Amino acid sequence: MTAEATAVLSERIVRRGVRVFSTAVLIFLVAPILIIVPLSFNQSSYFSYPLTGLTLRWYDFILQSPEWRMAIFNSFVIGFSATAIATVLGTLAAIGISRPSFPLRGVIMPVLIAPMIIPIIVVAVSLYLVFAPLGLTNTHLGVILAHAALGTPFVVITVTARLMAFDTNLSRAAASLGATPWAAFRRVMLPQILPGVATGSIFAFATSFDEVVVILFIGGPEQRTIPRQMWAGIRDQINPGILAMAGLLTVFAVALFLLISWLQGRSGASAR
Amino acid sequence: MRAFLLAVPLLIFLAATFVVPIGKLLIMSVETVEVANAFPRTAALLAGLPGPPALPSRQIFEALAADLETAQDQGTLAAAARRLNTYEPGFRSLLLKTVRQLPLPDGEPADKAFQRIDQRWGEPETWRLLGRAAHRWTLDFLLTAVDHKIGAGGTIEPVEASQAIYVGAFLRTFAISASVALICLVLGYPVAFVLATLPARQSNLLMIFVIVPFWTSLLVRTTAWYVLLQPNGVFNALLTRSGLTAAPVALMFNRTGVLIGMTHVLLPFMILANYAVMRGISPDYQRAAVSLGAHPALAFLRIYVPLTLPGIGTGTFLVFVLALGYYITPALLGGAGDEMISQLVALQINRQLNWGLAGALSVYLVVFTLTVYVVFNRLVGVDRLRLG
Repeated sequence: MTAEATAVLSERIVRRGVRVFSTAVLIFLVAPILIIVPLSFNQSSYFSYPLTGLTLRWYDFILQSPEWRMAIFNSFVIGFSATAIATVLGTLAAIGISRPSFPLRGVIMPVLIAPMIIPIIVVAVSLYLVFAPLGLTNTHLGVILAHAALGTPFVVITVTARLMAFDTNLSRAAASLGATPWAAFRRVMLPQILPGVATGSIFAFATSFDEVVVILFIGGPEQRTIPRQMWAGIRDQINPGILAMAGLLTVFAVALFLLISWLQGRSGASAR
Repeated sequence: MRAFLLAVPLLIFLAATFVVPIGKLLIMSVETVEVANAFPRTAALLAGLPGPPALPSRQIFEALAADLETAQDQGTLAAAARRLNTYEPGFRSLLLKTVRQLPLPDGEPADKAFQRIDQRWGEPETWRLLGRAAHRWTLDFLLTAVDHKIGAGGTIEPVEASQAIYVGAFLRTFAISASVALICLVLGYPVAFVLATLPARQSNLLMIFVIVPFWTSLLVRTTAWYVLLQPNGVFNALLTRSGLTAAPVALMFNRTGVLIGMTHVLLPFMILANYAVMRGISPDYQRAAVSLGAHPALAFLRIYVPLTLPGIGTGTFLVFVLALGYYITPALLGGAGDEMISQLVALQINRQLNWGLAGALSVYLVVFTLTVYVVFNRLVGVDRLRLG
């Protein structure tokens, strides 16, 4: 009896310890962001507490500066275009690879995932080597194609995962009731896998939106995106404008988080 | 077959934007055309020689004189000089010095004239290197990337200690990636456990702490650490104000900064991978073990941990492999002694224009990464990779 009591007590202590430890880790994860965002409202341009006064001038600076405006514009243009390509190609491939008749699945799936795994510097240098003679360096098109390639694995993974829960009998039922393959896809399969497609495309967008190494190599001054501009800023002379941009991107991250949770809530509900 | 057709557009797209470019870069590690292109006649004559020549014939000197002049006119000299300079610093200036004195005065034999311009033309070593560089295919870059070279005797030997930088960089890259993976596992496993065992409402709320950083730009998070860890930054202000340290501590531009930054960026991958697996584990197994008399700690170690191995495997693999290719975070938070292979690859292109060595370093990096990938695929399976 006492032995069991000690066991229960020590287990409780361990549990408490694990919780305290985990809390500390979670604080480590969010603290840097929580600490620097207020600094973006600091009156003085020093990065230290206490704040000398609150101001929006760094945000104003970002939104007025032509370079930053171009960077924001570029980030969205490149991000959306790359996402569109990655989503279409990735979804098609995922539908194919999820069919039992797909040949060499064990070989092709790792190939489709490879852009996520290969070190980004190798991708960047290789693309420079091939794109330069084709005139694709220093163009939006070049960057969009590169980012689309980097985004496809995310679409493939999320859509494949979603298709595992899809009952192929539904497609067959649609066909037996006279639906054309396209109608069966659009009216039966697509609604079922849409949350997966959406999640994958958000990942693809975030990949492009955050990518800087490839742009450093194949992009020119006209293709400067937000991360490229931040990279230049940190290397050159770090100024509070970068923190204001960091603040905006943090808000953006929270928005993406909410979007993904909503999508997962939806997919959970439809699965039930 | 119809199923395969659906994947064809993506396969073609990836072949064009991914497989072919990377293949080309990797081929650059063994192919070298600069010297053969710039000095075609010399290259052909040198290739015809049976072994490493003591000193080539006058005919070859004449061919080189002609080649040097054409190369300068056609603008191929610079690339050839750069390539030769990777063998022997000073080769570029030798070529440029020689080409300035061309054409040779009438009546003076070419071999005598070259040796008058610079006595290095009378040394067999100069010609051996020129002959090596004139070959279209070479192992030199792959050897340089592991701090070796082909010596005068034709045998593979290590380079001088002062030039041996790449093996160290590979080991450092490996060590940093392994450390980050281990730190992430130690920090992330308990968090995933707590999140997976809490009631759904609470764990969903705490999940925000993991997922919002995950969605926050890498640049933002690296900037945050850059600002926090500076000598006059928030962290040091806290340390000195609280009296823990008298002077600011160096937290960045060193290994500490790299490890903190990379751990912070990669930790969510570890937590999410383990959480996904732990969510699916019924607590009944452990309860059964305890009810059969196992100590809770033993039940945890023998029953629970083995069930989470796929999560541990996936998380460790992702963190380790992503860390191997890291560039931004070490470049911003690391110091002179923390360069990872990615930075050295970038340096070859940005500063040296040495495609061969960039390709060779990439070969080792890619082969190692793919080996880890294949092992992971065998042991755990890429199908295990889940997002969100």
